[in-house]
Amino acid sequence: MTAVTVIGAGVAGLCVARALLDHGADVLLVDRHADTGPHGCSWWAGGMLAPFCEGESAEEPVVRLGAQAADWWAAKTGGVHRCGSLVVSPARDKSDLARFARRTTGYRKVAGPEISQLEPDLGDRFASGLFFETEAHLAPRRALDQLRAGVLADGAQFMQEEADPEDHARRGLTVDCRGFQARDQLPDLRGVKGEMLVLSCPDITLNRPIRMLHPRVPLYIVPRGDGVFMLGATMVEGKAGQHVRARALLELLSAAYALNPAFGEAEVLEIGVDSRPAFPDNLPRIRRDGNLIMANGLFRHGFLLAPALAQMVAEHIFHNKTPEVMDETAA
Amino acid sequence: MRDFYGTRLANGLMLGTAQYPSPAILAEAFRRSGASVATVSLRRESGQDRAGQDFWQLIRDLGVHVLPNTAGCHSVKEAVTTAHMAREIFDTKWIKLEVIGEEDTLQPDVFGLVEAARILSEDGFQVFPYTTEDLVVADKLLHAGCEVLMPWGAPIGSGLGLNNLFGLRAMRSHFPDVSLVIDAGLGLPSQAAAAMELGYDAVLLNTAVAKAGDPAAMAEAFATAVRAGQLGCIADPMEPRDMAAPSTPVIGKAFLE
Repeated sequence: MTAVTVIGAGVAGLCVARALLDHGADVLLVDRHADTGPHGCSWWAGGMLAPFCEGESAEEPVVRLGAQAADWWAAKTGGVHRCGSLVVSPARDKSDLARFARRTTGYRKVAGPEISQLEPDLGDRFASGLFFETEAHLAPRRALDQLRAGVLADGAQFMQEEADPEDHARRGLTVDCRGFQARDQLPDLRGVKGEMLVLSCPDITLNRPIRMLHPRVPLYIVPRGDGVFMLGATMVEGKAGQHVRARALLELLSAAYALNPAFGEAEVLEIGVDSRPAFPDNLPRIRRDGNLIMANGLFRHGFLLAPALAQMVAEHIFHNKTPEVMDETAA
Repeated sequence: MRDFYGTRLANGLMLGTAQYPSPAILAEAFRRSGASVATVSLRRESGQDRAGQDFWQLIRDLGVHVLPNTAGCHSVKEAVTTAHMAREIFDTKWIKLEVIGEEDTLQPDVFGLVEAARILSEDGFQVFPYTTEDLVVADKLLHAGCEVLMPWGAPIGSGLGLNNLFGLRAMRSHFPDVSLVIDAGLGLPSQAAAAMELGYDAVLLNTAVAKAGDPAAMAEAFATAVRAGQLGCIADPMEPRDMAAPSTPVIGKAFLE
């Protein structure tokens, strides 16, 4: 049986472990933390499985590879809500909606009455929008926990350790999925700061993720059920600091308030911040240096692209396929 | 061509570095356009740790002149602090000075602008002030030590082009020796060409390229337009006139019909 060590138990590492187990590997999962939690980037994810919407700014592979994500998560963890996503803009920024429509596919245009019908709590605030009917979302923390439980139940071993990938690679095949922590091995990896909020607002019900376009502060809000909402997320280049900027809070909250003033009465449950690992083209990469395979750079597409990335890692190991996101420049 | 604090630029295209789909596309836009200056938004607390450094390194690697800016600053103090930080990170005296006075139009606060320009100029900075086409303000900026002026074409990110053609033309003829840059508001290459035809020395833009469907192609389009407009200006265009002026003499020509 092929033995593989997977370092990093975030969304990338867990998906890789799952895909390797599905191919019959003997998997050792290593992470410096005992469980999933706020130390990992994917803990703070929005959990939108929205390949078409992402196509607005992302390159083609994101749309194509992301298309399989909803089915993958549904099969491996369940809990996938297939309710589509809705994109709206305030009247004064309607040119942004036109632009979004031009850059994407997989939607139909919806007018005010249908928006109110899809999302009664948006009322008549938006006169036009785009409905991406086939998109989905999930609750990321639940999905991570389920995936982890499934992987361990199916025989993967877990070891808590601050792992040295090269050390593991000397002993056998190793997949490094440490995200931004792998920066020391991947000089072209950078961190893109993201800031988000979790709000409790039982007065409001939303059925699906809503994206509100704005030239400076595009916002998405993902319903988590029971009146809980995830509000995100900023994208800040070249920004240091482990703390959320006051401006991010101001802008995210005022955007939510514009979506529905009842958000003004919400309770703030969590304020989150982390750095998304990204390569210069914001696309993921697989690199191989002997026994060490590095899978990284999921950027803002962790839950969307990790299944495809994991599949490519597994097929590379078991069927010697060269992944389309593999580049030749070994670290 | 006028210079910018003693630096002669290869061309009159200055590009912003925000809002691109990815740094790779940003780099491609610079490569295809050959833009000579990159402006970088530098807000507080940035660049101190490794995560911050990575993006600054990408900008340095573009191999063009870096013009850090104080975008998003609303007060003199904030702008001055940001300028000092920029000087440290990019090791340049250049600073594009923005002091925003109004949130909806991102219109400059010209009073704060003049004050900040004076403080920074006295401190050895070479200030590129983002201003309006107001001649009195422009004069005060020059007195404050600026040798370059950057009037807006239209509000930042609006893509409306040259909103006040008369004002911009007046500015050019009022300050024949000052380097002038149209900063903000351009949406189309033809608008950049028009700015250069007025005799402006450069245009600075960001959104029009970064938010285009194909940013690199749009950057090249702007570079081509800047070149066309500049050549058109240097070539001393004809004066417009009200009546037709036939290019072939009609007198003495045989009438065949």
